[in-house]
Amino acid sequence: MDLFNLGIRSIFIDNMIFAYFLGMCSFLAVSKKVSTAMGLGAAVIFVLTVTVPTNWMLNEYVLKEGALAWISPGLAEIDLSFLQFIMFIAIIAAMVQLVEMIVEKFAPALYGALGIFLPLIAVNCAILGGSLFMAQRDYTLAESAVYGFGSGVGWLLAIVALAAIREKLKYSHVPNGLKGLGITMLLTGLMGLAFMSFMGIDL
Amino acid sequence: MSAETVEKAIVTKSAEALLSKRRKKLISDPLVDDNPVTIQVLGICSALAVTTQMKPTLVMAIAVIFVVVMSNFVISLMRNTVPGRVRIIVQLAVVATLVTLVNEVLKAFAYDMYKELSVFVGLIITNCIVMGRLEAFAMGNKPYDSVLDGFGSALGYSWIILAVAFFRELLGSGAVFGVPVYDYISSLFGPDFTLATNGLMVSPVGAFMILGIIIWVQRTKTGYVEH
Repeated sequence: MDLFNLGIRSIFIDNMIFAYFLGMCSFLAVSKKVSTAMGLGAAVIFVLTVTVPTNWMLNEYVLKEGALAWISPGLAEIDLSFLQFIMFIAIIAAMVQLVEMIVEKFAPALYGALGIFLPLIAVNCAILGGSLFMAQRDYTLAESAVYGFGSGVGWLLAIVALAAIREKLKYSHVPNGLKGLGITMLLTGLMGLAFMSFMGIDL
Repeated sequence: MSAETVEKAIVTKSAEALLSKRRKKLISDPLVDDNPVTIQVLGICSALAVTTQMKPTLVMAIAVIFVVVMSNFVISLMRNTVPGRVRIIVQLAVVATLVTLVNEVLKAFAYDMYKELSVFVGLIITNCIVMGRLEAFAMGNKPYDSVLDGFGSALGYSWIILAVAFFRELLGSGAVFGVPVYDYISSLFGPDFTLATNGLMVSPVGAFMILGIIIWVQRTKTGYVEH
């Protein structure tokens, strides 16, 4: 039940975009059409669900203070947590590459649809942010998997909703200076206002 | 071409002023006309997340300036030896090393700030401005020019996030750099007068709104229109 609550929390209350502003670059750049937004969102869910638990294992068994004790008790004093950033980003880049190769081999249609987005995801802050939050909040393995999946779903919801609004926006007259990025920021603010109503829910 | 003219050409080339017109442009362009945040739409994540107050924003701005300038310098030195296929990994490794350095320095000398910025220091790694400058400039230009270019872009980013932070802190908590401006003003008008702060400005929503309005004003002034 706790896991379910964590999932709901990470989708709605701690939404990656509206609460932490993570993954804004691709959120703004790839939200012009609903179909591409769906594709990128699916890729983000996938990569987050894979990388957060992987990084959890890396953190738990290699990087944390005393984590190396399972090799021999003599290594119990070693603290490698300063390597966190490099190791996390390396795992993410490697995972994205791996996922890209697997998808290309076994699901060429999906690869065609996601194609250009997959490599982009390696430098999406939502992915690295997910792993860093996981380390900071001391999740367990199951929790980190649920958290990764939930954050991905929350991100997909946000980008698809914004893309749907922007598709309609094409037919309205926006002042010149506000076109594009400006109006998108204001829209995101209004959507964030709507998402704030979830904040009172105590799970 | 005779040896003399070749030599002359080399001399005139190397004699480009330390801050020639072209180089000044490298710094000044990203400040307004080609601003990384408002025009190129890069580095928005951290521009919004840390800007509830001026102080952490200033620390973040300094950290980003350091990382962008240094990574541009290092990658520019390595640009001819890095094979194209693995360049992204190499760039990420360089940037991650620099960010780790910033993180450890903050942890050692400014622990409160380290706690306050939490994961957002680490997220400088995935700040699109850093990777963007490496890909677009440092991979194809000399070290000194790359340093100037990185400095310009990081400054353009810094003044935008400081502007956002100024309005968010002033309207949201009635202060500037922690100085309670609202209290001073209301004390001028007697005991019954109080200026109300707007809680929305502290929340994420305020950040989106303020940045949206700054972009509007800035783009109207420069006449930039997105299609």
